[in-house]
Amino acid sequence: MSSAPASASDPTAAGVGLPRGQHRLTGLGSALAVIVLLGLLVAPLAVYPVFLMKILCFALFATAFNLLLGYVGLLSFGHAAFFGGAAYFTAHAAKVWGFEPLLAVLFGAAGAAVIGLVIGFLAIRRQGIYFSMVTLALSQMVFFVFLQAPFTHGEDGIQNVPRGRLIGLFDLSDTLTMYYFVLMVFVFGFFAVWRIVHSPFGHVLQAIRENENRAVSLGYRVERYKLGAFVMSAFIAGLAGGTKALVFQIATLTDVAWQMSGEVILMTLLGGLGTILGPSVGAGLVVTLQNYLAASGLPVTVVIGCIFVLCVLVFRRGLVGEAIRLLHRRGQGLPRR
Amino acid sequence: MKRFNAMSTTALSAVIAATLAAPAMAQEVSGDVVKIGILNDQSGVYADFGGRSSVAAARMAIADFGGTVLGKPIELVDADHQNKADIASNIAREWYDVQNVDAIMELTTSSVALAVQGLSREKGKITITTGAATTELTGKQCSPYGFHWAYDTHALAVGTGGALVKAGGDTWFFLTADYAFGYSLEEQTGNFVKANGGQVLGSVRHPLSTTDFSSFVLQAQSSGAKVVGMANAGLDTQNTIKAAAEFGLVQSGQQLAALLFTLAEVHGLGLDAAQGINLTEGWYWDQSDENRAFAERFQKEANVKPNMIHVGTYSAVLQYLKAVQAAGTDETKAVAAKLHELPVEDVFAKKGTVQANGRMVYDMYLFQVKAPGDSKGEWDYYNQVATVPGAEAYLPVDQSGCDTASFAAN
Repeated sequence: MSSAPASASDPTAAGVGLPRGQHRLTGLGSALAVIVLLGLLVAPLAVYPVFLMKILCFALFATAFNLLLGYVGLLSFGHAAFFGGAAYFTAHAAKVWGFEPLLAVLFGAAGAAVIGLVIGFLAIRRQGIYFSMVTLALSQMVFFVFLQAPFTHGEDGIQNVPRGRLIGLFDLSDTLTMYYFVLMVFVFGFFAVWRIVHSPFGHVLQAIRENENRAVSLGYRVERYKLGAFVMSAFIAGLAGGTKALVFQIATLTDVAWQMSGEVILMTLLGGLGTILGPSVGAGLVVTLQNYLAASGLPVTVVIGCIFVLCVLVFRRGLVGEAIRLLHRRGQGLPRR
Repeated sequence: MKRFNAMSTTALSAVIAATLAAPAMAQEVSGDVVKIGILNDQSGVYADFGGRSSVAAARMAIADFGGTVLGKPIELVDADHQNKADIASNIAREWYDVQNVDAIMELTTSSVALAVQGLSREKGKITITTGAATTELTGKQCSPYGFHWAYDTHALAVGTGGALVKAGGDTWFFLTADYAFGYSLEEQTGNFVKANGGQVLGSVRHPLSTTDFSSFVLQAQSSGAKVVGMANAGLDTQNTIKAAAEFGLVQSGQQLAALLFTLAEVHGLGLDAAQGINLTEGWYWDQSDENRAFAERFQKEANVKPNMIHVGTYSAVLQYLKAVQAAGTDETKAVAAKLHELPVEDVFAKKGTVQANGRMVYDMYLFQVKAPGDSKGEWDYYNQVATVPGAEAYLPVDQSGCDTASFAAN
């Protein structure tokens, strides 16, 4: 543990409160947040908005996943079930029942949370690789349910989902209006994760990650905390999935397939595990690569695989993780040993 | 509030209509280039069925048209949608929004075709489907700007299904690809069987591009049906046939019916395995001198003899360019009107007409695959059994389920 960065993942920082260096970083962080937010507000003027919306959806998905892996240390191999499940629920609610878009997205996320409750309830009884395997197995069961259920229309998926009018006023079929709706959902989800991580609840989660036995001996009922975090992560992943279904007006098996669970792990690790911003950066990177490589004729999966290997070999903390470490070195000299 | 909304929407749509109409009159060709997109499966189970060869066919059509239309260059883009409706609609959206593509064609895989045609209707763009089969495209989900060229599930049910029922196949079991194409092929063939006094004993659905067909084949075998109808396509059909051979399905007295089978699959499977199969296609290279000459040219470009999807794509691109020429613009409504109006007369279709729901009607043919001993050389695969007149092969508009009255609102 001697090389652990003295950032958010430092157990003392998490448990005891913010050390002095952290305050300065938080100041820097909020300045950065304002700049990023301003950038996102004007971005659709320069970049194709649908592409940005895709990045935002995946960034939120990865952020939700990171809540579990980065802050509780639970590696779920089944997050596609929440993402894709919510996409189906939202699409069905919007298309067949004529739900208002925000309500449809919330309905989808709530559905994902229910799936999360069931999967989480069963999975948290095991640890480590067994936990991962149980989530994988259960999410595959979810996949086959969606494959066979009549309302998902098999390989066709739910097509031509109407975007509808937000609270009856804003016509989301306009791309820019849709973009700001997606941005709103993203900011809400992102802020929710940030709030959870920095709450007393979040600190307990991090304590569980660092040493579960000690957390138990301190009197915390860890399985409740774990289940809580699992359901919250499923809900926010559901927000992302439901929003994606509205953006692309389609919900298909791609979103529930196990590859999607793998993709989100990749995004999180590339960006930086256990950092607030990392998953979003990773999602942006992966989606951008997929987009530009698809047109270039290069084999997408091979290139992304190579980048992943490089990341594991050279900067194990991910892009943002390494950046934070560099900032700390500059600010405080070498991290404490 | 509601009234205000309705009024503002009307006003807004009037403004939008005005702004949309204005450039169409001022400017003949948007972006000074006519851009056609070929979107199909280039790496998956339908890669031989359509694939890169369809792109070659489109390129030939553009070259044969002269490379320019109304004095503007014609550009071709293509992409691999991997048989995923979500990937396809992302690509289509970006083609329309960023790359100013005017029309998308080919669209193998019904799930993809339905998604892209739906999106294109919303965006006011033309699609001409050649690779997908579902009659939904010109049925309930029809579009004023959507056209369906080479074949459809109804033509297959009437052609192949009809031939088998006549030959005494009165009890059926279906092995169905689990998406729009499979459903409509199963339903229409089943209806045809029932209308002729036959019986459908059951069906089982398999996911697209499955590798293991054994459990499905066993279910078909235990059904006891005389005919096992394969409502799937491409490599899936080839793999079903192989699995059926391993389980001795034909030896045990059942007949395999490949409901969608083209020259590409016969070539892939070989005559030994494919001999005797009845199939319906709209074109065969050895039918006439004109066809033979075209197939010769095509083989130089694509290294294979074309099936109806490839020649259909050639015809679709050519007809689209003729329509642009006749309309004097590439504006969607004007071109769509010409596409509905002009007769189709090229190497692919003779006296083809386009119905109000976008269905192109022309004669189809029933073929039987030759035994290896009867084949005089490579690609000599078919005996022509019958002609299925266009009026029989395709549903008339009033039975298609397409609400053409709704087109007026667009």
